[in-house]
Amino acid sequence: MNHKRLTLFAGHYGSGKTNIAVNYAIHLAKEGKKVCIADLDIVNPYFRTKDSAQRLQSAGVTLISPQFANTNVDLPALPAEAYRLVQDKSIYGIMDIGGDDRGAYALGRYVDTIREEGDYRMVFVANCYRPLTPTAEDALEVMHEIEEACKLQFTDIVNNSNLGPETTAQTVLDSLDFIEKLSSLSGLPVFAHSAMESVAGQLTELPNVFPLRLQEKYFDLPTI
Amino acid sequence: MAQRVLMKGNEAIAEAAIRAGCRHYFGYPITPQTEIAAYMAKKMPKIGGVFLQAESEIASINMVYGAAAAGMRVMTSSSSPGISLKSEGLSYIAGSDVPALVVNVQRGGPGLGGIQPSQSDYFQATKGGGHGDYRMIVLAPASVQEMASLTIKGFELADKYLMTSMILADGTIGQMMEPITFEDTEVKTYEKPWALTGTNGQRKHNVVNSLYLKPDELEQKNIARYERYKVVEENEAMWEEYMMEDAEYCVVAFGIASRVAKNAVVAARKEGIKVGLIRPITLWPFPKKALAKAAEQVKGFVCVELNMGQMIEDVRLYTQCKKPVSLCSRCGGMIPSPEEVLESIRKAQKGEF
Repeated sequence: MNHKRLTLFAGHYGSGKTNIAVNYAIHLAKEGKKVCIADLDIVNPYFRTKDSAQRLQSAGVTLISPQFANTNVDLPALPAEAYRLVQDKSIYGIMDIGGDDRGAYALGRYVDTIREEGDYRMVFVANCYRPLTPTAEDALEVMHEIEEACKLQFTDIVNNSNLGPETTAQTVLDSLDFIEKLSSLSGLPVFAHSAMESVAGQLTELPNVFPLRLQEKYFDLPTI
Repeated sequence: MAQRVLMKGNEAIAEAAIRAGCRHYFGYPITPQTEIAAYMAKKMPKIGGVFLQAESEIASINMVYGAAAAGMRVMTSSSSPGISLKSEGLSYIAGSDVPALVVNVQRGGPGLGGIQPSQSDYFQATKGGGHGDYRMIVLAPASVQEMASLTIKGFELADKYLMTSMILADGTIGQMMEPITFEDTEVKTYEKPWALTGTNGQRKHNVVNSLYLKPDELEQKNIARYERYKVVEENEAMWEEYMMEDAEYCVVAFGIASRVAKNAVVAARKEGIKVGLIRPITLWPFPKKALAKAAEQVKGFVCVELNMGQMIEDVRLYTQCKKPVSLCSRCGGMIPSPEEVLESIRKAQKGEF
């Protein structure tokens, strides 16, 4: 994997952006890079980058999070400090963008600076098992809506197709037609196939498999 | 087999509603249910349905009233403070005997409260909320799959008994994702000869109204409505029993609390405590028969809820206080851990209620 100074993760809501952004930030930090991750999600007050604060801290990743993240204040405010990511060129910056076009509006204010520097990767996170993006055409529509909202073009795709705890290697393999078609329709390369650690280990025949350690839940729920 | 999809609870409700034939959604955004409205906004225009974000909760429930009177399968959704605003409309809908589906993805209260999960609208849902003598069928899903199946069931029951079905979920099930399947089962529909569909000059006009000028007539309407409620109570109670066959103690919990409680029941069984779980799926009608039977069998009950103790009153009522009932609860957006529930089960075994 070659890395750009800025990596932006955007996509349909619930596609797995935050888990991927957190793991990617830690991955870069392990390579000895100075990494900073910013939570720019102005849409959903739950499942935030801040949930992984401890893990990020122990990996040496700086977390920039909205002031009221993980409180009862459901406020779509951006942290002022987030400008550091685009301005401080000595760090590797990761941006965790909110879902869909609505989430991508938040990115708009940084776009001029990002484009001027030109050292970025904007990643579309795709999961064909989500109900509103079952086909490559549906995912492409979401992709275009996001680009329209933030005025920045995607450069890469991450295939994060999964069925949560039911995900097997076959689940990922079954998504390859989808992701190849999305790649050909959009003209963008597949940067990685991401999957939870236990599944990633079995995907030996795929190139660029990115294992994810998922954010731990408060407790496991039994099925009913 | 139908395709597995990874869905949020809120999305599952919206998709199930569409599959149940709902083509009219009126809502107003509020966390933690906004994905229902967002899903409808995306899908309804593509299938010739109506998604309308009203100017308020009060407007949206009255739009539901109107569409229901016209015979449509119609729904709205909100979260706790928004349901309070809709309460007047819920009473008018009940007083007019028209069917509707209302979703409450509960958050912590009272007042503006918070945006984390809660079950503190149990009283509001099962005992009224709006004014007057009326009931709603209250369905309490405990998984994303049930968010879908109970939404379909809710539409069917609403049409069958001409009343409101409420999905009483909470922020956790609304927000969490689980893989689910939509089976291609047939959804029941019912003739609606009373609906305001236009007479075409061919029939006498229908009237949908909750105003009665003569008190004796209003009394008769109420009595007839309660006859119908009696049939619902007799036939439509739903519940799940888990490890109850030889149980000496019984945990009672619904929705997300029942999922946590199930962990605790399994853990307690490993310690040799004979404990089972009764999970009400309908909160109204309450599974009276299951509780009455358990009261003859067990030594005591542990009621697990995300509130200060609301369903516990019905547990005491329908067990006729024959056995002690303890409360294991958290509120304000907090969820009891499986360990906390386990500790309550251990105490019950020691006779501490």
